[in-house]
Amino acid sequence: MSAPYAKLPAWADYGLIPLINLAVAFLVAGLVVMLVGENPFRAAAILVEGALGRGQNIAYTLYYATSFIFTGLAVAVAFHCSLFNIGGEGQAYVGGLGVAVVCLAFDSILPWWLVFPLAIVGAALFGAAWAFIPAYFQAKRGSHIVITTIMFNFIAASLMVYLLVNVLKPAGAQAPQTRNFLEGGQLPKLNWVLEAMGFSIRSAPFNLSFLLALLAAFLVWVLIWRTRLGYEIRMRGFSPKAARYAGVSETKIIIITMLISGALAGMMALNPVMGDQNRLQIDFVTGAGFVGIAVALMGRSHPAGIVPAAILFGMLYQGGAELAFEMPNISRDMIVIIQGLVILFAGALEHMFRPSIQALFASLSPRSAGIEAQQGEGG
Amino acid sequence: MAETAIELKGISKSFGAVHANRNIDLKIEAGTIHGVIGENGAGKSTLMSILYGFYQADRGRIHVGGKKAAINTPSDAIALGIGMVHQHFMLVQNFSVLENVILGAEGEALLNTSIARARSELERLERDYGLEVDPDSIIEDLPVGLQQRVEILKALYRGADILILDEPTGVLTPAEADHLFRILEQLKEEGKTIILITHKLREIMAITDNVSVMRQGTMVATRRTAETSVEELAELMVGRRVLLQVEKGEAKPGEVLLSVRNLTVKDSRGVTMVDNVSLDVRAGEIVGIAGVAGNGQSQLLDAITGVRRAVSGTVTLGGEPVDLTGAADPADLRARGMAHVPEDRHHVGLVLPFEENENAMLGYHRQAKYLNGPFLNIEAIRADAREKIEKYDIRPPDCRLKTANFSGGNQQKIVLAREMEQDPKVLIVGQPTRGVDVGAIEFIHKRLIDMRDQGKAVLLVSVELDEIRSLSDRILVMFAGRVVGERGPEASEGELGLLMAGVEEKEAAE
Repeated sequence: MSAPYAKLPAWADYGLIPLINLAVAFLVAGLVVMLVGENPFRAAAILVEGALGRGQNIAYTLYYATSFIFTGLAVAVAFHCSLFNIGGEGQAYVGGLGVAVVCLAFDSILPWWLVFPLAIVGAALFGAAWAFIPAYFQAKRGSHIVITTIMFNFIAASLMVYLLVNVLKPAGAQAPQTRNFLEGGQLPKLNWVLEAMGFSIRSAPFNLSFLLALLAAFLVWVLIWRTRLGYEIRMRGFSPKAARYAGVSETKIIIITMLISGALAGMMALNPVMGDQNRLQIDFVTGAGFVGIAVALMGRSHPAGIVPAAILFGMLYQGGAELAFEMPNISRDMIVIIQGLVILFAGALEHMFRPSIQALFASLSPRSAGIEAQQGEGG
Repeated sequence: MAETAIELKGISKSFGAVHANRNIDLKIEAGTIHGVIGENGAGKSTLMSILYGFYQADRGRIHVGGKKAAINTPSDAIALGIGMVHQHFMLVQNFSVLENVILGAEGEALLNTSIARARSELERLERDYGLEVDPDSIIEDLPVGLQQRVEILKALYRGADILILDEPTGVLTPAEADHLFRILEQLKEEGKTIILITHKLREIMAITDNVSVMRQGTMVATRRTAETSVEELAELMVGRRVLLQVEKGEAKPGEVLLSVRNLTVKDSRGVTMVDNVSLDVRAGEIVGIAGVAGNGQSQLLDAITGVRRAVSGTVTLGGEPVDLTGAADPADLRARGMAHVPEDRHHVGLVLPFEENENAMLGYHRQAKYLNGPFLNIEAIRADAREKIEKYDIRPPDCRLKTANFSGGNQQKIVLAREMEQDPKVLIVGQPTRGVDVGAIEFIHKRLIDMRDQGKAVLLVSVELDEIRSLSDRILVMFAGRVVGERGPEASEGELGLLMAGVEEKEAAE
C-alpha cells in the first residue's frame, strides 16, 4: 500500500474521493433498480428513511454499525502492516465462543459490569488465537495470509457448528444454540440515549458495545500513530526492506499485528452475543467480517474514516431490510448487490478516478500535487 | 565492407525525468560479434529492450537488413529474425527442454507433430553449432550453463539471425563462459550476428569484432576491438568528468574499529557473492571499496550491517566480536555504534510515505529520547527532526512533509543526518551520492571528511571511481566477490580501472 498517487491534499484524499466513489456506486445501483422496474429515487428515499427515519431505525443502524466498526478496525490494523486479513468472519465467530464461555460461567454469580470486562478479554483472546495460526504460517513459512485466513473462516464455521450441536446445546433443546444468558450476561441497551434526544423506540438491540467500539477506534488511532509498536507496524507495511534495515523483526511484527487484528474481530461478537441475542447462536456473524473489509477500504484504514464508513454500511443493512420489505421486486439479494457495488467502487476500483482527479489538481495547482518534487528526483 | 544487419538512428527514450537513452546511433555489421559495454545504468539494457520490442523508443528509427522496421512487440522482433537471451532466463522450470523450445511456437493445436519436428530441428542445431542438450531433461535439473544454452536454442529455433545476449556470463563459471564463447564463435562462422551486452572488458577483448561504449544514456564511441585497448575502453566507460575537488588534510589513522576476516556471503540461489573478504578500517580513515556494480559490494555492506546473513567469517566492531552468521541484527549493531547509510535510500534507508520526522529516527526509534514508555514522544521526535533539518540544511525545512516529496539530494541528507548525528564509531556508507545533485554532493563529501577527522572509521562503497579516489585514504578493489587489490589514493584511474575489470594484479602493476 505504498500509495503511488499520494500527492493530493488530505481533504481530497479522505473526503472527495470516497464521496465520488460512493456516488458512482449509487448511480450504478440505481440502474440496477431501474432494470427490475422500480423507481430508483423512491428506492433511495425508502432506503434512507428506513435507515434514519425513526428512532427505532437509527438504533438498528447503529447496532449494525457497531459490529462493522470492530471488523473494520481489525482489517485496517492488518492493512497498516500490509497484511490482508480476510479472516475477520472466522475470528469474530470464534470470538463469540469466548464471550459465551465467560457469560455461561459467570452470568449467575456476577453483575453485568463485572462480566463485561471478562467477556471483552474472552472475545479478544479467542479471536486473537484464531488469527495466530495463519499469522504464524505467514511469518515462519510464507504461507499467504489471504489464503490461510479464508480457509480458517470455513474451519471456524465447522468447529462452531460442532461445538454448538454437540457441546454447548442444552440437553433436550432443538436449536443449535446455548442456553439464554442470565442478567449477568446481558449488556444494557443504549436506546435511552436516543430517547433522550427525542426519538421514540419500541425495542432495538443498540447496546453498550457501541461505546466500546468507539473507544476501540480511538485506541487503534493511538496504537498506529502514537506508539512505537504502531510505528514499526507502519514501517513494515510500507517497506519490509526498511523495516529489516531498522532492525524490526518481520516474524514478530506480523504475528503481533495479526493478534491485535484477530482480537478486534473477536470483540465484534460482544455486540450480537452479549448485547442482543444473549446466547450464542449458529452463524451469528452474518457477514460482518467481510463487510469489515469494505469498511476499512472505504475508511482508508483510518479510525476517523472507519466509524462513518461503518455507519454507512449500517444504514445499508438496516435501510436495505426496509427496502426489501417495501418493494417486493427488490429482494435481499438486490441489497447485497448494492453493498457489493459500494465495495467494488470504494475498494477494488479505489484508484479508478484518482489519476484524473490528481491531474485536475495538478493543473489547478502544481505545488500541492507534488509535481515539483517528482521532477527533482532525477536519477 | 560487410553488410549492415541492424542500424539504429537517433534512438531516445525517457522514463519520467530520466533519460535512459539519448540520441543513440549504432550500426552492427552482419556476421560479426558486436560488444556493447557500459556501467550499470548506462542505458545498455534499455537500448536492447527497444530493439527487442519491450519498449518503444520516444524518437528514432530502426533498420533491420537495410529496411526500416517497426518493432512494437517481441513477436515483431522475432519475425525479423532477432532473438534475445535474457540475463534472467525465461524458462518454465518444470518443463522439458523440448517443451520450452517450442513454447510460444507450438504450431498446431495438437502437439505431437510439432514436438517431432522440434526434435529433428534440435538435432540439426546441435550438429551445426555444438549446442548439446538432452531434449528430454527437465529444466530445473540442468546447471545454469545448460539452461542458457536452451535459451540460445529457443532463439535459433525461431529462426534468429541476430542474437542479443544480455550479460550472459554474469551467472556462469569461468569454464562455462569459455564454452559459451566457443559456441558464439561457431554461430558467427555460420553467419549469425551477435550482440553481446556486458560490463566486463576482458570478454569484449576476447571475443568481439567491434565494440560500442555507452555512458549515461549516450553512445560515446564505437571501435574495432583489434584497434583499441582495455585502458581506452575503461576510460571511455568511466568517463573523464570534472573531478570534484575535496579539501582534506592528512589522515591520522588510529586503532582498528572495524575488522572483517574471511567473510563469505551467498545469495538465495547459493551463488557466492562475497568470497572470503578481509579488511580493516581504522579510526580516522576512510576506506573506499571500488568496483563495477554487481561485484559483491552490496552484499558485503548488507552482511557487515546485519541486513543480510553471512555464511562464514568473523567480524569485530570496536574490538568486540559480532556474530554476522547468526544473531547479529541491525538494531543490535546500531546500539554498538555502527551507523549505516544504505545504497538504496528509496526502499531501505527511508520509508518514503512517512513524514520526514518519522524517518529522522528510523532504526533509532528504540532510544529513550524518542519515547514515553510504549508511546512515541511526538514533541521530542519533531524537535529532533527540526534540529537536523537546520544543521544539514534540508529543504524544504518542513518535518511534517512526506519524505517522497523531498528531492533526491535532500532525501540523502535526511539519511546522513540521522546516521551521523548518532555519533557512531563506525560509519558504513553505500553510494552516498547516487541520484544526488551536484550541490548536495559537495556537502555530503564534506560531511564524510568531517566524520573522518572526528576519528570515526568510515567504510565507503561507491561505483563512482572519482568519488572513491577523492575521499578515500585507502582503496580496495572488488571484483567477482573478492578483494583483488589495495591501492593508495594516488593510484591512477587507469590502474584502478584495470583491477575493476578483473585484470590480474601483476598485469595491472606493469
